[in-house]
Order: sequence, then structure tokens, then C-alpha cells
Amino acid sequence: MFDLEFMRLAFAAGAIVGLLAPAVGFFLVQRRMSLIGDGIGHTAFAGVAFGYLVGISPVLTGLVAAVGGAVGVEWLRTRRTAAGDQALALLFYTGIAAGVVLVSAAGALNADLFAFLFGSILTVTRGDLVLVAVLGLVGLATIGLAYRALAGVVLDEEGARVAGVPVGLLNVLVSGLAGVTIAVSMRIVGILLIAALMVLPVIAASRVAWSMRSTLVLAMGIGLASVLVGLTVSYYGDLAPGGSIVLLASAAFVATSLVRAFRSA
Amino acid sequence: MPLAVELSGVSFSYGRGAPPVLAGVDLAIDQGEFVAIAGPNGGGKTTLVRIVLGLEEPASGSALLFGEPAGRFSRRATLGYLPQRPYLAAEVPATVREIVAAGRLAAGGLFGPLRRRDRAIVDEAIARVGLAAQADSPLARLSGGQQQRAFIAKALAAEPSLLVLDEPTTGVDVDAQEALAELLHRLHHDLRVTVLYVSHEFGAVEHIVKRLVLVRGRIVFDGPPSELPGRWHDPSHVHV
Repeated sequence: MFDLEFMRLAFAAGAIVGLLAPAVGFFLVQRRMSLIGDGIGHTAFAGVAFGYLVGISPVLTGLVAAVGGAVGVEWLRTRRTAAGDQALALLFYTGIAAGVVLVSAAGALNADLFAFLFGSILTVTRGDLVLVAVLGLVGLATIGLAYRALAGVVLDEEGARVAGVPVGLLNVLVSGLAGVTIAVSMRIVGILLIAALMVLPVIAASRVAWSMRSTLVLAMGIGLASVLVGLTVSYYGDLAPGGSIVLLASAAFVATSLVRAFRSA
Repeated sequence: MPLAVELSGVSFSYGRGAPPVLAGVDLAIDQGEFVAIAGPNGGGKTTLVRIVLGLEEPASGSALLFGEPAGRFSRRATLGYLPQRPYLAAEVPATVREIVAAGRLAAGGLFGPLRRRDRAIVDEAIARVGLAAQADSPLARLSGGQQQRAFIAKALAAEPSLLVLDEPTTGVDVDAQEALAELLHRLHHDLRVTVLYVSHEFGAVEHIVKRLVLVRGRIVFDGPPSELPGRWHDPSHVHV
């Protein structure tokens, strides 16, 4: 399997995605914003479509749209211009509608576009890997450095605000990281399923974890294992990688739920 | 020495044209005082606290914290605040230590791991509220009273000059309420910190505070609890 360059590229990019997505999702789940990843994914779709229309790298335009959408929804939420779910709905439907219009204008309804939507192990290029590696490692380093601040805000946002912690800036940082995660993951997992890789490993980990830190570490482990095993299954079974990866993350949730039930019995 | 809290002629309403939540509030609290602020739900207690903490700007009048405008208070890291039943996602298995360490965020710096001195302050705060044995237990495994003590320890970790507790007895049984009151009394005595205890009922702290402020859109009583007129003894039924 590793004799093939596209598999080596897919595994390298997938390993970074498998670690980054749950690490960012950890903060989204705890803020009860699990679905924001879907909204950002829809915006990223519009960005990808725009890339096809104007002939720029769709990964780059997807990245800009995803980060812009993520920061936009946080802005709408904090300005109380729209309630959290309304802000998400606005992002969801505007993103997908813009994507459909742009795709039809570009005449790009082809297999490559479907690879962005559902993921593909064949399409990761060396250029993609460099982008995924740089952004992914910067994202992970940012989380490592700001973990205490981000966790503190999750635990007690109002208390942190009173203490003078820049809560708004930290929330924008999480949203920006979510946008970056979507953009770097869409080649492997697909725009429509990446949100699941951000959320499911965290929910699975929280069933058996004993602290916030252990939840984060376990979630990253489950995310990494889901991606690596999912890519392998996808290769040998000739299946879409996004679906395989997410089904494995779902299986991890079932397994950890069983462990918890067994412990409680 | 400046007053810990000084409100002068404070009025506030949520939105233009909305009825005032507070009108003409004057309140002066000395450093080191332990004051209970009581009143019915919707009477403006929480709004008053938010103005004191600089989270809301009064429509008229002024709010000072230790002599500085509350909204631009320069030593925010020294404010210990326990919001109404802090929200925690049910699935977040945060330990007592993780929660208390979050109280050291502003004072101990935002980035990187906590320094040794900050970790020692966190341990001390946990010990002060009697949770040393449960320091690494997930909060969800503790009783309501223990959970509230963990959040008080979080506020203490800031080494506060002002400790504000908003409805600290919500969801806590009577025995735990009394234990909480004793704990606050001891902390106030040991640390000489200014304490604002905000609640719709003040029975738990009636015997330990020397000053009770009753809020119902304005201040309708300010004095020792023993001098509170009988008709106001249950502030949730105050009718002015």
C-alpha cells in the first residue's frame, strides 16, 4: 500500500487531520457548538466552487472561505445580531447556495468536486500535503500554547470576562482554527463529513475520560486511529475515505459507551 | 483608602424605552466588608452586580471599583466572581483542579503551563475549601455543595480583593448552604477580602453578615439584618 505515492501522501496528511480535527472539536463540543463545523464546511464548499470558477487553487479559496465563515459566525453570535442557531443557519444555507450557484457557473460538476465533498485518497498532492502540514502543525502548536486559556473560557466564560481575559479574541481563535481544520481536512475526509471527525472522537473520549486533558488526548488518539484505519479500509475496499473514517469514529463512540456501561454495572 | 465599591445615582435599563431595572442607586462598600445583597428575582440584583463588575455601563450615575471606573478597572485579575450556577456541559469531565486552575488564568498568564507559584496558589485554594482529597476527581462526581465549593476555590485562586458570589446556594441543600456560609465567614475572616453575597434569599448568611442591602429596582433597605422590618423578611415577597 505504501509503495504508492498517493497513499503515502494521504496517510501523512490524514495523520495531521486526525490529530487536529478532534483537538479543535474539543472546544466546540464543550461550547455546545458541535454543528458549527457543518456550517463552516458549507462555506468552504462555496470557496472551493469559487476557486474552480476563477481558476485559483480550490484548497486556498476553500481555506479563505472557511476561516471567513467561521469568524463571521462568531461575530454574529457575540454581537447578538443573531442567536447561535440562527447564525449557523445563515452560514449553512448561504454557503451551500453560493456553492451551488458558483459550481453551476463554473461548469465544474465533476469527479474532482465530488472528491472535495466526500474525500478521496487519490487527490492529495504534494502541494496539498505541504499546506496541510504547515497549517495543521501551526494549529496544533496554537492549541498547545493556548490550551489553558481556551479551556478556562470553556469552563466559565463569564468569570473569565470579569477577570479581564480576552474572551472574544479567544473565541475568534477557536472559530479560526475550526475554519483552518475544515480547509486542511476536506481533501481527505470531505467537506460534508469533516465536522463529524471534529465531534465524534470528542464525544467518544468523554465517555471514558477522567479529566478535560484526558478527554483531549483520548479524542486525538481516536481521531488519528479513525483516519489511519479508515484510509486503509478505503484502499483495500475501494471505498470513499470520508465515510469509512467517520464510521470508524462512530464505532469508537459505541465502544467507549459500552466500556462506560460495563464500568457502571 | 478608596471604597471597594461606590455607586452614585446609578440607573439602568435594558434597551432604549425599556422600563428601568435600577433607578437612583447609591451604594458604598468599604474594603473588607461582607455584604449580603438580597431581593426578589427580577429586582435588579444581578444587574447591580454586573454594573459593579463593569460588565454593564449605567445609563446614568457612576460606578467605581477601588476608586477606578468599574468598566475600565485596571486590576481585573484580582476580581473573584462566581456567576449564577456556572454552566458546564454535562459531558465535560473537568476535575476540581482543572476548574480551580482556570481561576488563575488572568493572574498567571494566558499561555503555556502554569508556573510553580501559580500551581501552589491553586492547591492552597482547593485546600481552603476542604476539597484537597477530591482535587483530581471529576466535578460531576461531587455533591452540589462540593461543586459550589470548587467554584469558590476557583474565585479564590485569583487572590481576589473583591469576591462576588451570585446566587451561590442555587441547587444546594440546606445543610450544604450552612456549610457554605461558614466557609465564607472563615474565608472573609482569614483573607480580609471584600465579599458581596448576592441571593434572592439571605437566610444562610443572616447570622454572619453585619450588613444587608435589599434591592427592588432601588435600594429599599440598607442596614443590619436584625433591623430588617418583618414584612421584608422574605425578600422574594417584597412589595414596595
